[in-house]
Amino acid sequence: MASKTELWQSRASEKKKELLRPLLKERLQGSWLGLIIPMILLISWEIASVRGVFEAHLLPAPTVVLAKISEMAADGSLWSHIWITLYRVFIGFVIGTASAVVIGSFVGYWKLAENLLDSLVQAFRSIPSLAWVPLFILWMGIGEPSKIVLIAVGVFFPVYLNIVAGIQGVDRKLIEVGKIYQFSSLQIVRRIILPSALPSFITGIRSGLGVGWMFVVAAELMGASEGLGYLLVEGQNTYAPDVVIASILLFALLGKGSDSVLKLVETKALHYQDTLANQG
Amino acid sequence: MLAVQQLKRVFKGGSAGFRNLHFTVQESEIIGILGTSGCGKSTLLRVLAGLDQNFTGKLKNKDKDGKQPGMMFQEPRLMPWLTVKENIGFGVKDGAGKEVEIQQFIDLVGLTGFENHYPKDLSGGMAQRTAIARALITDPSVLLLDEPFSALDAFTKMQLQDLLLSLWEKRKTTMVLVTHDIDEALYLCDRIFVLKGQPGEQYAELILDDIKKPRQRGSHELAERKSNILNLLDLSRQEAN
Repeated sequence: MASKTELWQSRASEKKKELLRPLLKERLQGSWLGLIIPMILLISWEIASVRGVFEAHLLPAPTVVLAKISEMAADGSLWSHIWITLYRVFIGFVIGTASAVVIGSFVGYWKLAENLLDSLVQAFRSIPSLAWVPLFILWMGIGEPSKIVLIAVGVFFPVYLNIVAGIQGVDRKLIEVGKIYQFSSLQIVRRIILPSALPSFITGIRSGLGVGWMFVVAAELMGASEGLGYLLVEGQNTYAPDVVIASILLFALLGKGSDSVLKLVETKALHYQDTLANQG
Repeated sequence: MLAVQQLKRVFKGGSAGFRNLHFTVQESEIIGILGTSGCGKSTLLRVLAGLDQNFTGKLKNKDKDGKQPGMMFQEPRLMPWLTVKENIGFGVKDGAGKEVEIQQFIDLVGLTGFENHYPKDLSGGMAQRTAIARALITDPSVLLLDEPFSALDAFTKMQLQDLLLSLWEKRKTTMVLVTHDIDEALYLCDRIFVLKGQPGEQYAELILDDIKKPRQRGSHELAERKSNILNLLDLSRQEAN
């Protein structure tokens, strides 16, 4: 027995060493690989613009767009636009996620709450969220509250759906283990249900964040004096495609960046899963 | 210790489950419950564990401290987000000495070196070793085992049966083992109850405490008892039906 365990042990540690190095290398290679096609596209776009294939007043060259971004960065306006947009997405995301967690947990765990609330939530979900815009403006004006509430509404639904599905999908067999130990309901929720529902919760907040970025554009288009969405309107009104494209580019970068943060959290939190993504 | 009287739990219109069970388990006994599938063996264990409350009759399953029996399932049922160490300590209240105790159990079931592995990295046998340690660490006065080794290959199965016996030698935990493996029951148990019928009823009781443990697998004595049990279960006639 002892010798066998030792054998296992040494094999396991060897395996670990073998795995660690190539894994890190692979990860880096993976992220570099993702850059190849965007770079090729950018370079061809630049070449095409310089040769006059695209008309400059409709589609300016990437260097012109970059020059515009650095010009805005230099006079400081860029940072205040980015800051206010990030602030709106963040606050809306937090409010939407928090309310989805509270309501979704009740609905997922408690049959009565599901019967009472779920059909109502589903009915609200089928309303296209932009239909709320006039009402929110009417109620809260065109200041920050109406924008943040709109984003929160958008974030709420994907998070809610995934939390309910996650909790209802918890393996009954694991809950029985808690019952064998005479756990209280609270202990079962905290030690078995919540950790089991974590993967679908993370899926929910990732799609929620995506919706949050969509809705911040809508919110800023409906009337704002600052923000990346406002830059879109301004660019359109002043016939400045470089501003519009700069704004789109910044949305892409910020959206991708914030999703990468959540993805990192996901990989860290769900490393125990026996899935294709975790394959060594 | 553990006693039932007139215990009955039927469902599906009375065609599944068990009825008319009477038995008392003595301290540090290993009881086997044998029967063909569908005779309510697993249901019985769920009732004994307190997971199924819809029974009639008398059931005494708590010890004097009010502690319920521990249970080991057919599948390991480990929490996938916890390491081996954390899984073993799952039912242990936090406090001084918890870590030391967990380490003792890890050594006891032969998982030294695997403390920080996650269930996805364990073989079936190792996962079931973890489950044995998790079930025993809370020191239940009775341990219920629901076909705990039936999903394992023949060699791992024998290793774990020996592990269970060696743990029993050390701790003298009372056990109730549900199985459909006659050899397993003969190798481990002091008494065997044979259930038969749908719903299952107590059909026979075999007393094996005259054969000393550890027993010789495939010995003449056990073979004799095995043919005895096979006759009792009367498999040929049941198949003809």
